[in-house]
Amino acid sequence: MITLPMVLTLSGILFAISVAGIFVNRKNVILLLMCIELMLLAVNFNFIAFSHFLGDIAGQIFVFFILTVAAAESAIGLAILVVLFRERKSINVEELDTMKG
Amino acid sequence: MFVEILFWIFSSLLVIAGLGVILSRNPVHSALWLVYGFFNSACIWLLLEAEFLAIVLVLVYVGAVMVLFLFVVMMLDIKIELKRGQFVRYALVAALVAGVMLGEIYTVVKVRSLGMTAIAAPVSHPAGYSNTQELAKVLYTDYVYPFELAAVLLLVAIVAAIVLTLRRRAGLTRQNPTEQVAVRAADRLVMVKMEPTRESEEKAP
Repeated sequence: MITLPMVLTLSGILFAISVAGIFVNRKNVILLLMCIELMLLAVNFNFIAFSHFLGDIAGQIFVFFILTVAAAESAIGLAILVVLFRERKSINVEELDTMKG
Repeated sequence: MFVEILFWIFSSLLVIAGLGVILSRNPVHSALWLVYGFFNSACIWLLLEAEFLAIVLVLVYVGAVMVLFLFVVMMLDIKIELKRGQFVRYALVAALVAGVMLGEIYTVVKVRSLGMTAIAAPVSHPAGYSNTQELAKVLYTDYVYPFELAAVLLLVAIVAAIVLTLRRRAGLTRQNPTEQVAVRAADRLVMVKMEPTRESEEKAP
């Protein structure tokens, strides 16, 4: 029998992995986007788990919307990335310092 | 019991896939690991009786978003070499932050789960229960405005992505619809008044 803490722990592990990924992959913006996708997946796990164990289908509706927003986000993010690469010939995070951030 | 074993298998594969995403040298390998992770999560979602979303995850994510990622990864000419010492330095910070975060999440889950054991195991649905139908009933009644907004959001994303990547090259002849519509007959055709001429006079010179 799957219990709620099992799923929540899995989602926590997944989220921690993606946070570590954002720190490790400082050279590549595409990998940062992938790590964000992984984070959203971890959040969706929480929604699905609570929806299942509390018997409330609204959680699955939220996952539906998160999937929609994530698809839009990655489409626009990749478009920005393509334009950025065309302008700067690089997607290294450390070279993107025009705004002195 | 069988379900639990399946859950352990899929979740360990999912964690391996997540590690593969962040530790691969090659972005293409990362994307493929992420696809593998999405498949495993879809399997776990099936175990949690979210059938529709599991299918949507495979169709939308693996079928569309990850293909987009692979397209971009292969389209850009990326050469990334990371110095070994730099990687170790980043990895230490990453492990520290991720470890602290995981500890916090696990503590909260553990403490709260004392109360969560009170939640009874969910009753399994009767035969003929349709997750898709139940989802649709809620989506098209209570959540119909957010649903419409999501559709508008996708439209905005399409337009934004096209406008961002549209390339305007110099020296390229192309139609301008605005000018085409705004044109008047007087701009294109000039009526000239002239005397009528005879055919013989016309042939003579």
